[in-house]
Amino acid sequence: MSEVIVITSGKGGVGKTTTTANVGTGLAQLDKKVVLIDTDIGLRNLDVVMGLENRIVYNLVDVVEGNCRMKQALIKDKRYPNLSLLPSAQTKDKSAVSPEQMVKVIDELRDEFDYILLDCPAGIEQGFKNAIAGADRALVVTTPEVSAIRDADRIIGLLTANEIARVDLIVNRLRMDMVKRGDMMNIGDVTDILAINLIGAVPDDEQIVISTNQGEPLVGTDCKAGIAYANICHRVLGEDVPFLNLEEKDGMWNKLKGMFKKN
Amino acid sequence: MGLMDLFKKKSSGDIAKDRLKLLLVSDRANCSPEIMEKIKNDIIQVISKYMEIDAEGLDIQITQTESEGNNGNVPALFANIPIKDMRHSGTSE
Repeated sequence: MSEVIVITSGKGGVGKTTTTANVGTGLAQLDKKVVLIDTDIGLRNLDVVMGLENRIVYNLVDVVEGNCRMKQALIKDKRYPNLSLLPSAQTKDKSAVSPEQMVKVIDELRDEFDYILLDCPAGIEQGFKNAIAGADRALVVTTPEVSAIRDADRIIGLLTANEIARVDLIVNRLRMDMVKRGDMMNIGDVTDILAINLIGAVPDDEQIVISTNQGEPLVGTDCKAGIAYANICHRVLGEDVPFLNLEEKDGMWNKLKGMFKKN
Repeated sequence: MGLMDLFKKKSSGDIAKDRLKLLLVSDRANCSPEIMEKIKNDIIQVISKYMEIDAEGLDIQITQTESEGNNGNVPALFANIPIKDMRHSGTSE
């Protein structure tokens, strides 16, 4: 049975697209059949984060308008044959697709894929409504900042009002050095305030920028963010994975490693 | 800044948390008028079993109230329900 997951946040720039790319790729690494749908019409980005921007011929709006068949619009990932992307349109606007049409697109994909991931645009307007229309569950991404958490709270309210059965939280871009000084809210603070289940905590990691530059999701690689994303994927599948101790890893061991590297 | 100020100073993370807690109380109260309306209607139904109330004059809102523990402040639902007539209020017969 397929599961449809929307990745959303309310606020822009907190890491929805990066999360979609990494969770999608991570689930594909676990041998699931996965399709990623970029629902941000007019501002498509998931294709570049996945490194598939040069292969786009048709897009979501073409499928909805009947300009092509679903098969023609789906782009196979270059690393994982069981991972596909349905890109968004760059030249249309959000009103080009309705929630009903979105549900139809998703239903067409349900037979073929285990997981359908929807990368939601920022905001709570039409694009958001499209993205959540066909979703079974949601991953809400936030950063430990007042503006992002406030928007996440609003989004959680809207998801509940729209009867999304399961809503989990990802706290992104944690800077443990700042948390230690007391200058950033910690994971407990954020989950206290938002009061939903935490499914992952991702540290702020330079490797994310590097992987986005290269168009290769870093899930599963040996860096903190890569491990954190891999853990999220296992939890999405229902496995019980202990949370990474982000604080300890930044301590003595890394300093030692750093010393050796320099010498 | 004196030495005492240094001790008193809250970390910016704590300030953020406190601000958010307050902010979300009013956000949550405002963001779902549908739910507030449902609560209001349910209250009217329940109270009306026992006394006649002025449904028009009924006002409910979510605010803050003092509480032990939980940093002193917790959200509270305040309801102002004008009573028209104490019909069969449980007075002893």
